[in-house]
Amino acid sequence: MKARTPELLKTLTDSFKDLLPIIGVIAFFQLAVLRQPIPNLLELLWGTLLVVIGLTLFVRGLKLGLFPIGETMAWDFAAKGSLMWLLLFAFALGFGTTVAEPALIAVAAEASEVAARGGMIVDEADARESYAEGLRYTVALSVGLAIVVGVLRILRGWPIQYLIISGYIGVVIMTAFAPKEIIGIAYDSGGVTTSTITVPLVTALGVGLASSIEGRNPMIDGFGLIAFASLTPMIFVMGYGILL
Amino acid sequence: MTEYLFSLWASLLSTVDDVLPIIGILVGFQVLVLRRTIPNLKRVLLGFLLVLLGLAFFLEGLERALFPLGKLMAEQLTAPEFLGLTGDEGSMSEHWQEFGWVYFFAFAIGFSTTIAEPSLIAVAIKAHQVSAGAIQPWGLRIAVAIGVAVGIALGSYRIVTGTPLHYYIISGYVVVLFQTWFAPRTIIALAYDSGGVTTSTVTVPLVAALGLGLSSNIPGRNPLLDGFGLIAFASLFPIMTVIAYAQLSEWHARRASHKESPPAGD
Repeated sequence: MKARTPELLKTLTDSFKDLLPIIGVIAFFQLAVLRQPIPNLLELLWGTLLVVIGLTLFVRGLKLGLFPIGETMAWDFAAKGSLMWLLLFAFALGFGTTVAEPALIAVAAEASEVAARGGMIVDEADARESYAEGLRYTVALSVGLAIVVGVLRILRGWPIQYLIISGYIGVVIMTAFAPKEIIGIAYDSGGVTTSTITVPLVTALGVGLASSIEGRNPMIDGFGLIAFASLTPMIFVMGYGILL
Repeated sequence: MTEYLFSLWASLLSTVDDVLPIIGILVGFQVLVLRRTIPNLKRVLLGFLLVLLGLAFFLEGLERALFPLGKLMAEQLTAPEFLGLTGDEGSMSEHWQEFGWVYFFAFAIGFSTTIAEPSLIAVAIKAHQVSAGAIQPWGLRIAVAIGVAVGIALGSYRIVTGTPLHYYIISGYVVVLFQTWFAPRTIIALAYDSGGVTTSTVTVPLVAALGLGLSSNIPGRNPLLDGFGLIAFASLFPIMTVIAYAQLSEWHARRASHKESPPAGD
């Protein structure tokens, strides 16, 4: 326990350093640009304390829990040698973590409002709700597929740039046909799908797979799963906009 | 005090709710398919507990302190009174220079929220491990943060001028392809990944508030149509800055190795 204390203290000061820029920016704009006092200082200090503690615990937990489990499961799947189960796992991880993502639920609700105003669907609560739900499942499906393709790429050692370029071409083609109103939401949907827990888990999975397979380089082949997961939703959301 | 603790508890419960499907999938596959014991199971479980607690504290703290103030700030900086808008400016594309503080705020908030983004910290730690120390976590994070900062600032300019989003993004793709051609192979996948990881817990709410503020206050913009797109900028530009960072450090390393056995004190 004695040996751990300095390390914990270091993580704590690291977390504080991570937060310094935000505190600086907010203080500067509040005091120098908007020239207003900082409201509710006590609440602000309490909140900042929570953020620092939270970040510290998260980083500790990352190293103890999320990274090891992602890598262990990658090695176990590689040892098991069943492609089908690995791909099923990849899909479940992508789909399952996205469908309940709060940021996505918020974006889908906004999108249904845009669609209603743009006259793509009837402006009624029911129609909006089913539009939002459909969109949510579409994005989750696209993230599931993205992880599946990404895992296949790691197994086969395909160069990532060709797949990403194909994705970009897909985005450009869909943009030409998609209703104008949906483009902004579609482009944004790529960024919001990957949550704070999914990212470390999926990264550890990719790196673990690439290290467990001979001939793969974890640096070249292990990363890239997140890149797919933020590209396919753009294409699928525009597709959803075209079909509906 | 009790109110603070109660709210922290509520935030813990909602984090558990969000994480439950992931845990379900992991446990399901572990128990039903893999059927292997996990080494150091106690440590791993402790790790999960820390991640849960950490996220709950983190989110609660953001909601308490940074989000309200940051969102209020985005509203105030884009308020017509602050911008000096009278409503009869006509075309905004001629007045885009008058929004200096907005662009600067966009840049600063993009940079600073990215530095605090937990998922980027995770990827930086992993990249440091995998590259055997060649990739410095801070170097990577600063490169990504500069990318997000430039992206959000340019995205704000786009909302002010009302130019179509897809022109910017497609041009960005062309730049990325061009850079990929010359980039060191080992960085490409990580660079593409850094586009997606940057925008999560901290960045999205603040950036969304900025987009909403700008598009509702600037004449001729519709928040439902023009308010989107900042996240897309924030996920594209880090790809460019990370590749640039890799090229710079490779160039630096090559220059250093040219000077074989530098004299002491160098």
